[in-house]
Parts: sequence; structure tokens; C-alpha cells
Amino acid sequence: MIAELGQYALILALALALVQMVVPAWGAAKDDAVLMGVAAPVALAVLGFVTFAFGALVAVYVTSDFSVVNVVENSHSQMPLVYKITSTWGNHEGSMMLWVFVLAVFAGMVALFGSNLPDRLKANALAVQGAIASAFLGFILLTSNPFLRMIPAPAEGRDLNPVLQDPGLAIHPPLLYLGYVGLSIAFSFAMAALIEGRIDAAWARWVRPWTLAAWLFLTLGIAMGSYWAYYELGWGGWWFWDPVENASLMPWLAATALLHSAVVMEKRDALKIWTILLAILAFSLSLIGTFLVRSGVLTSVHAFASDPTRGVFILGILTLFIGGGLLMFALRAGELRQGGLFAPVSREGALVFNNLFLTAATASVFVGTLYPLALEALTDAKITVGPPFFNLTFGGLMLPLVFAMPFGPLLAWKRGDLLGVAQRLTLAAGFAVIAGVVTAAAEGGPVLAAVAIGLAVFIMAGALTDIVERAGIGRVSAPVAWARLRGLPRSTFGTAVAHFGVGVCLIGIVSETTWSLERIASVKLGDTITIGTRDLTFARIENRAGANFTARTAIFEIRSGGLSQGTVEASRRMFAARQMATTESGIRTFGFSQLYLSMGEEETNGAVSVRVTWKPLVTLIWLGAVVMALGGGLSLADRRLRVGAPKPARRRAAAPVAAE
Amino acid sequence: MGIFNIIRRVTAPLLVGVALLLSVPAHAVLPDEVLPDPKLEARARELSQELRCMVCQNQSIDDSDAPLARDLRLLVRDRLKAGDSDSQVLAFLVARYGEFVLMRPVFSWRNALLWGTPAIVLLLGGGAAVVAWRRRRTDAKELTALTPEEEARVQTLLAGQPDPGGRDGA
Repeated sequence: MIAELGQYALILALALALVQMVVPAWGAAKDDAVLMGVAAPVALAVLGFVTFAFGALVAVYVTSDFSVVNVVENSHSQMPLVYKITSTWGNHEGSMMLWVFVLAVFAGMVALFGSNLPDRLKANALAVQGAIASAFLGFILLTSNPFLRMIPAPAEGRDLNPVLQDPGLAIHPPLLYLGYVGLSIAFSFAMAALIEGRIDAAWARWVRPWTLAAWLFLTLGIAMGSYWAYYELGWGGWWFWDPVENASLMPWLAATALLHSAVVMEKRDALKIWTILLAILAFSLSLIGTFLVRSGVLTSVHAFASDPTRGVFILGILTLFIGGGLLMFALRAGELRQGGLFAPVSREGALVFNNLFLTAATASVFVGTLYPLALEALTDAKITVGPPFFNLTFGGLMLPLVFAMPFGPLLAWKRGDLLGVAQRLTLAAGFAVIAGVVTAAAEGGPVLAAVAIGLAVFIMAGALTDIVERAGIGRVSAPVAWARLRGLPRSTFGTAVAHFGVGVCLIGIVSETTWSLERIASVKLGDTITIGTRDLTFARIENRAGANFTARTAIFEIRSGGLSQGTVEASRRMFAARQMATTESGIRTFGFSQLYLSMGEEETNGAVSVRVTWKPLVTLIWLGAVVMALGGGLSLADRRLRVGAPKPARRRAAAPVAAE
Repeated sequence: MGIFNIIRRVTAPLLVGVALLLSVPAHAVLPDEVLPDPKLEARARELSQELRCMVCQNQSIDDSDAPLARDLRLLVRDRLKAGDSDSQVLAFLVARYGEFVLMRPVFSWRNALLWGTPAIVLLLGGGAAVVAWRRRRTDAKELTALTPEEEARVQTLLAGQPDPGGRDGA
């Protein structure tokens, strides 16, 4: 009964989403306030029905209702409750439901908090949201219905893939989808602006918080996915340049570019056309990501061709929205009036530089991901585009970008003084040189890694320089500097913190890839492996039982310089329902570094093959991403950008602040 | 292969990163494969990261625990022991399995677009930015330039004479 109600709610949601698509847009075209007024309540009604449907799906999972095909295929009665809930979206149908749910939440938020948007902009934006919701609700109902029944119902489900039975599944997909789908708001506002043919700085201020929120979630989602892969997969890799990863990285890069270009638009009324195009592209990349992972095209072109229903449907959605978006852009972009002028060396110029390199990086990832597919489809030739390609092209594009990063915020709007900025960064550069030299002396090379560490320190010190300069620390008296510091807008701190996070992340990446130590050995009880300054002794091996698995756990004692540092355990879990095994890596964190232990097969003579890795400063990779997200959060908390509060704060207008 | 395809198609979408390894928990390089000579072993590991396990999803033979990957790892080590250079090992594997085995696509005309993308986008994007900037500058100049009449008026005003065209002349 719950399943049927869920499906019914989904059908009602589709009908209402169609209303949301048509009526407000018609109202906006005819300038009819009543028709435009339909948008908000209908968007909220869609949210209500989609929430009900999603809740119904969670309910059939929680109650292990094995008369529903989707539950049978992805759940098991003995799973812990948390995995029964998360397995709702641990499969194709359920994850599409999550997608649509998040979409409805965003549209509902625009409806709720958009009361001071211009009527026509709001009506058109919600209409575009309605169109996207209609397309995906149609997709679910026609090709991926999660509520299908199975009669007679089997007694037991086939279990969730063991790799997914992890807290990561509770956090990673929802965060990622909040990011992906959040970009639809920027897209809808861009389309609404094009439909009206009018766009101004206020538009950027309305769109920025949504983009910022989407970016923040995407950052955390990607970092979470990376850490999950790191601890779950057993060999300690944290980024694989897998197409599925690239599908999330591309929208992130585009969203990062969009955030920066929207600043120029908001402050200087320039780069309008480009910002609109970026808004369209960012969401298009989200859709392409969805297509890539949903259609099966990644497995191989031929797998896609053998069962193309879903793929073709998503391809249709893709063509409609990307094609429609770009067509509107081509028709209307010329009518948008451009604003402020600027010299090439200026804050605006720096942000153009940022956008240029981020766009090139996005394009490289895009081409690298799709090239093998295109080549195979067109010529039947098979090539592999693997990590070495991406490290070279993407890395090569990131270096100048991150080097330029400390300069941007210090440059003045309109016309900047590059030499003056370079002088103000002297101290930061000094720190960078010291860090590089110390690294080279301590680690003995390679030179490139030491230079990269120096670069990371330059970014971090440069980010702090911005704050120091603005507050006048060292130039004015302490009380004045403190007052200025307090008076700085939160977005200034946001920028500095986010840029600082990039430096933190870079240190982690360089350190992990350059100075990791690894030991592969076959050990018996009592054997000792030495790695770095630590000795690991194989103490014992145990059998353990979980709710739905059995485990073999190897326990190692860690000693460093004769002192005990506790134990580290790695295990192999066997899941009976699917006859699949997983590894649970043993990870111990020392400072920012980690000791990583994974366990292989047991041999007949009692020996166990293990791999021990010392990963120096590895946690900085994810902590850096968290710091970046924190910067995003600070910016989001800026009064000027508060959702639904487009009026700038004048409260501190009298304060002696040289902000911006 | 079939079952992995299905598992992957069902779950991959959600899982950044986790997806590619759905096969089995990985424990790629085994202790018995490791070469006694650490220099040779280090070269073997580096080469392994450049070679694809052809039956896996985007995994190098260094990361994969598939039997084929193990065979290839042993093969690489055999070639190294026989005295091959790194490029000879790669050439040997390409001759056997085709370009597909290489994680790093070769520089060739067929891959020109692939390798050229960063440069193409930077050049086109940079060019577009310069053109747009110049056009905006000239547009702005035209907008702000004075007509001959205005110019004449400015001259008379500057000369300190009464303004004949002044609207508030009265």
C-alpha cells in the first residue's frame, strides 16, 4: 500500500511540475500577476508530493518490504537500520529519487525565500525548475520506477553491495546531489534572465548564494567520496581519475569558475554574458555527469547500445536542456548590455585569468573522459586515458592558476598595480622559499616536490596577507586594526579561508604522492615489519562476526623507538548473501599523517600478505577541502549574500573599512 | 565480466571513486612478486602504473588484483630482469595488446585533439578575452568621444566666453 501511495504521489508531483513549468512562464509572458503567483505554491506542492514519495520509498526499505523489486535487489532483513535507510539510494532507481527530491527541495527554497525577487524573474526561474523536475519525474516513472512490485514476494532480499555498506553512503551521495542539483538554480536564473533579456548586478547577488551553497556541498561531497574510496578500497588511493569521479569534478570546476565570475558581475557589472554562459555550462556538466553514470555508456559504448532505454531518455533530457539553454543564449546574449570597463591588470583581469584556466581544466577533464568513448564509437580503436594524462594536463593548468591565486584578491578593481601587489606578497614569498628549502633539506628532494610545497605555503601565506593588509595590521595601532578586522565583510574572510584551504590540500597531495613509504610482505605471527620509524608486529588473528558478515581480523602492535603506540587492525569481511568479500583497512592517524594497513589472502601455512603504507600529511588533502568549504560557508553567511536578502548591509557603512 | 557490469551499472552512479573497484577488494602486488633488487622493483612499480589491466575498469596493473594484472606484472618484471629498458617493456606490451594497454595515451595525430585541448582552450579563450576587451574599449571610446559641436562648445567655455549653446543661458 505504501509503495502504491508513493507512486501515486510521484504521478501527482509530475502533473504539478508540468503546471509549474507552463503557468508561471505564461503569466510572465502576459504580465499576469495571478498566473505568475501560481509558481511558488505549486513548487511547494511538488516538494510535498516528492517528499511523500521519497519517504514512502525509505519506508518500504526500513520495513524490508520484499514485495518491492527494488528492495529485494538492494536490501537484506539483517542489515543494520542505518544501511536499510541508506540503501534506498544505493541503487539506480533510488538515487534518481534522491536527485528529484533534492531538486524539489531547491525549488521549494526559491519559492519560500524568494519573496523579494522580481515577480517575472521568480516566475520564469521556477518555471524552468518545473521543466527540469518534469523531465526527471517522467524519467523515473517511465524507465526507473522504484515502486514496482514482485509477486510472489521472496522471503529474503539480495543484500546491498557490501562495498556500499558503509557510513559513507549516508553522507556522500546526498552531499554530491545537493551540489549537482543546486547548480540547477543558477541555470534556472540564467534562463529566466535570458527569457527577459535583462540582467544586472542584482541578478548576480541573487544567484551567488545558491551557487555558493551548491559549490560548498559539491566540495564536501567530492572530498567525502575521496576519503571513502581511500579507506574502503584497500590500497589507499584517494583519486583515480575514474570517469565517475571526473563527472563530479567537472561541475565543481565550472561552479568554481562561476563563483568567481559572478563576483565581477556583482561588483563591476562586467562579464555578464560569460557568467550566464557559465551558469548554463555548470548545470549542463551536472546533467552530463548524470548521463555518464546512469546510461551505462562508461562501461563501454556497446553496453550502452544493448540496453539504451534509460540512456536514450537521459540523452533526450540532456539535449533538451543543454541545447535549449545554449540556443536561448545564442538568441538573447547579444541583447544583454555590458557594464564596467577594466584594465587587463586588475581584480577583474585576475578573475578572467582564473576563469580561463578553470575552463581549460574543465575542458581537459571533459575531453579526457569522453575521448576514448568517442574514438571507439567513431573508429573502433580503443585507447586508454588514464591518470598520467590527467596529472599532466590538469596539473599543468592548475600550477599557474594557484600561483596567481594570492595576487587576485590584492589587486584593485578596474586598474591594479601588479608590482605593488608583488611587493606586498614579499613576506609570503619569503615563507614559501623557507618552506621549500627546509623541505628539500629535510627530505632530500625531489626538487619539484619541494617547489610545490613552497607554492602551497605561498598560497596559504598569501591568503593571510590579504586579511593582514586590509586590517592594516602592522601599519596602524592594534585597536584600529582590530576594529578594521571586525569590520571586514565575512566574504573577505571566506575568500581568504577558501584560498588557504587550497594550499593545505596541495601540501597533502604533494606529500602523499612524493614521500609515502610502502612495505609489502608476507608475515607470520610474531613477525615484524619496519616502516619509517615504526615497527609493526603481527600480534594475533581473530574471527569476528557482524550483523550480516563474518570477519578475519589481523592485529598488529605498533612500536616506535621502543615505545608502544597501540595497535592497528585490518580485516577481511565475508558477506554471505552476495558471497562477496571486502577489506577493512586499518588506519591510525599520527598528527596529520596516517599509517595504513591492508590485509590480503591468508596462505595455507598461516602467513598473511599485508601491505603497510606510511602516508605523510595525507589527511591534509581532505582537511584542505573542508577548509575550502568552510570559506564557502563564511561567504554564505555574509549579510550581503544572505538568501532572499538582496539588500546590501549598510550597517557598517560608517566604519573605517577599506573593504573590497 | 557480466556480473561486474551489472553491479557497476547499478551502483556506480553514486560512488565517486568507490565504483571502479567493485570487483573484489584489492591487494594488488603480492609479496612473492617483489623483485630482490630494489631499483628494478621501483622501475617495475612505476611501469605498472603506466599499464592498464585490460579486463578491469580503468585500473592499472599496479592497482588491480585480477589474475591478468598479476600475469602482466610478472611479465614486466621478467622483461626488466632480461635487461629491457622502460620503453622497450612498454613497446613489447603495446605490440602484444595494442595501444589500449597504455594508461598514458601516445602523442599521435589521432590523439592530437586529446593532448591539444588545454592549449586550444587557453588560446581560443585568451584570444576571445582580448578581442572582447578591445571591442569594449573602442565602444566605450566612441561613446565618450565628443561630437564636433560639443568640442567647439568646450573650447569657447574654456576660453572664458559666454556659452552660446547653454540651456541655462537665461
